[in-house]
Amino acid sequence: MKKITVFAIGLCVSIQLSSQVSSELLRRGVRDSIGLPLNMNAIYNRPFLKLNKLPLAIGGYAEANYQYAKENGIGEGHQFQMRRMTLFFSTAIANRFSYLSEIEFEEGTKEINIEFAALDVEFTSLLNLRTGIIMNPIAAFNQNHDGPKWEFVDRPIAATQLLPATFSNVGMGLYGKGNQNDWSYGYEFYLTNGWNDKIIANDENKTFLPAVKENKDRFEESFNGSLLATSKVSLANSKFGEFGLSWMGGVYNKFQDDGFVLDKKRRADVFAIDFNTKISKLQTSIVAEWAWVIVDVPATYTEQFGKKQVGGFVDVVQPIYKGKIFGFENSILNAAMRVEYVDWNKGKFNSTNENISEDIFSITPAISWRPTAETVFRLNYRYQWKTDLLGNPPSKQGAIQIGVSTYF
Amino acid sequence: MNKKINSVVGVLVAACVLVVSCAKLFPKAPEDDAVLDGPVEGLTAEQKAIFIRGDVAFNDEIFTPEKGLGPLFVATSCGTCHAGDGKGHPFTSLIRFGQTNSLGNQFLNQGGPQLQNRAIPGFLPEQIPIGSTFSKFLPPATTGLGFLEEVSDATLLSLSDEFDANGDGISGRPNWISIPSYVNIRRDAIIQNGKYIGRFGRKAAVYDLRQQTANAYNQDMGISSNFETIDTYSGQVVDAEVANKTIHDVVGYLQTLKAPIQRNISNQEIISGKQIFIETGCGKCHTPQLTTGYSSIAALSRKQISPYSDLLLHDMGSGLDDGYTEGSALSSEWRTTPLWGLGLSKQSQGGQYFLLHDGRAKTIEKAILLHGGEGAQSKNAFQQLNAQQKSQLLKFLESL
Repeated sequence: MKKITVFAIGLCVSIQLSSQVSSELLRRGVRDSIGLPLNMNAIYNRPFLKLNKLPLAIGGYAEANYQYAKENGIGEGHQFQMRRMTLFFSTAIANRFSYLSEIEFEEGTKEINIEFAALDVEFTSLLNLRTGIIMNPIAAFNQNHDGPKWEFVDRPIAATQLLPATFSNVGMGLYGKGNQNDWSYGYEFYLTNGWNDKIIANDENKTFLPAVKENKDRFEESFNGSLLATSKVSLANSKFGEFGLSWMGGVYNKFQDDGFVLDKKRRADVFAIDFNTKISKLQTSIVAEWAWVIVDVPATYTEQFGKKQVGGFVDVVQPIYKGKIFGFENSILNAAMRVEYVDWNKGKFNSTNENISEDIFSITPAISWRPTAETVFRLNYRYQWKTDLLGNPPSKQGAIQIGVSTYF
Repeated sequence: MNKKINSVVGVLVAACVLVVSCAKLFPKAPEDDAVLDGPVEGLTAEQKAIFIRGDVAFNDEIFTPEKGLGPLFVATSCGTCHAGDGKGHPFTSLIRFGQTNSLGNQFLNQGGPQLQNRAIPGFLPEQIPIGSTFSKFLPPATTGLGFLEEVSDATLLSLSDEFDANGDGISGRPNWISIPSYVNIRRDAIIQNGKYIGRFGRKAAVYDLRQQTANAYNQDMGISSNFETIDTYSGQVVDAEVANKTIHDVVGYLQTLKAPIQRNISNQEIISGKQIFIETGCGKCHTPQLTTGYSSIAALSRKQISPYSDLLLHDMGSGLDDGYTEGSALSSEWRTTPLWGLGLSKQSQGGQYFLLHDGRAKTIEKAILLHGGEGAQSKNAFQQLNAQQKSQLLKFLESL
């Protein structure tokens, strides 16, 4: 535990170091300023750097942390983790033609993913074509997932273990955005390659949508010849915040092969709502997301694989100090709290007609310091209760995380 | 401004110190006697390594169609049936069918002896063939199995009284079984007409933990091995879908799981309850103490254990006779279930009891009252107890 204290104090000392990076060649790009920013704008609403007059903007973010966790008294000791480093490049090919790509390196080079690589063509602000590798806009986190935007080291459980976080696929679709007075509205609709049978055949031993990401072939071909549809509508008001409704669905099983019918078409559908607002008087930010998953699991498989799942999270972030800290003029010190819950199986046991458990409840109080808008230092404490399929006494996990996430 | 900075730094440092100095923020490990899992004390470094590998294979390895699951199966992992190494839940009951007497299973060509009641997509699970009787077996606890494996055949025979020579109404006998070629025959094995003494499973029809493990992979998950080579779906010899080493590791894990530890042993109510347990004759089958023989695992060798079982078959009466059996057991005969760990069963069964071979008893008292045959005397004695005595007996059983 002494190491944690030493690291924490070291962290406080290190933040006094001022940045040495300054270049006349690099300048910050102009962000989307049409009406209120929506989650759908997150892909471009990043601190890109433009190289002189070249039509290329570059950027990225990285996040790393220290972690000490124990589950029922047993842990892996002290850990440093390089969660991810992401690079993005944006190019204005021509007027109203732009291309953006996002490449992520997770845990060093353990996973390298092209999360986004798409051409956007603007016909009007309400009608844009997007084609390439698209990030499916289910709920809010999937689109708006950059680490520096969040006060928490871990991504929300519902976004990573119920829904497939940063789930991207090759395909195409339309999106648009409009605004009137205090209101903004947007829509997105894409058809992509997508699901596969890993949803019910995975190492998690439960219905697990994130397992679909294991299929790297999805960028080359559809697993079953069916397309995944994703759509989202958003409505935002400058006083009340943004509200989003989204749906993603398609066939996940290999229902035919080489001309032979193997099974009926089995669907997996996700419905989600998301909401974010800022209470202007208190400057309190609230982000919430809730999702329902419905999967057509064969009755002859095992009820261990749930047909219905639910889950979501609420983040509340309260600035407690704004001002100069260690020479950073616009520092913000936040207190934050995340509450999250996921139930991977809303079913009942055939044998007893009693509820199946398989759920998790987690709370994460946090303190974060933002010396600039693009960088966040975090101190998180997570406590969670995870109940197994049968509803046995939950395993309890406590974790302390100290980390940093920054755009560069 | 300096004050402000100092305040902020103070808040941060205080938060860090508070967090790291408060051990209560991290959940404590449960006491050894509060859980069933965990290794036996005194293992060598090599045995600990095997335990850890076996633990991972047993509890974490999930079989999928890609990894060989099925196509017909009951569960997708060992841990699915044995959560926390405790008793199982009706969700993973094993349904056995096709044998009514010692002449063997008459339905082996129709999927016997075990029903694979689940199937991967595109396949249909088995149905119980018309004309076949069946029984449901709840997965047993896996703790302490290594100790039970090391009890000598001679000890078991010394406890048996097949023809009730002492006239106490209890006539335990071993299940004489045929064994597969891959089991490790005990150095002190007692053989009768080419048959060996079985000791694992509800009918004591399994010789050792290797047979139990290879059978479970094959019959429960549809995973073939070099020990059990036949695919349960096609009936064909197929390539092994699990490595020999994994089987060995899992066997090593099961052998070295600790024996359940009795709790509140000095509590007067529990001491009285144990006395009542003996006086009502429960201990005649649920033998309180056994001693293991020599074991190559020193931690298991020549140890006194308290499984509360004689590992023998007893006639439990018509009420518990499902018309199905294994080996030379009668369909009304059941191996005495070890009672150690009984009080912790709820922690692995979803917060409630599912007792007896098929989980039909939801309380310990109900389980006692369902005893018939050789167990009828003890059941009657239990019914004669006053409320305080019953309470003491039940507290004792829950302490196991």
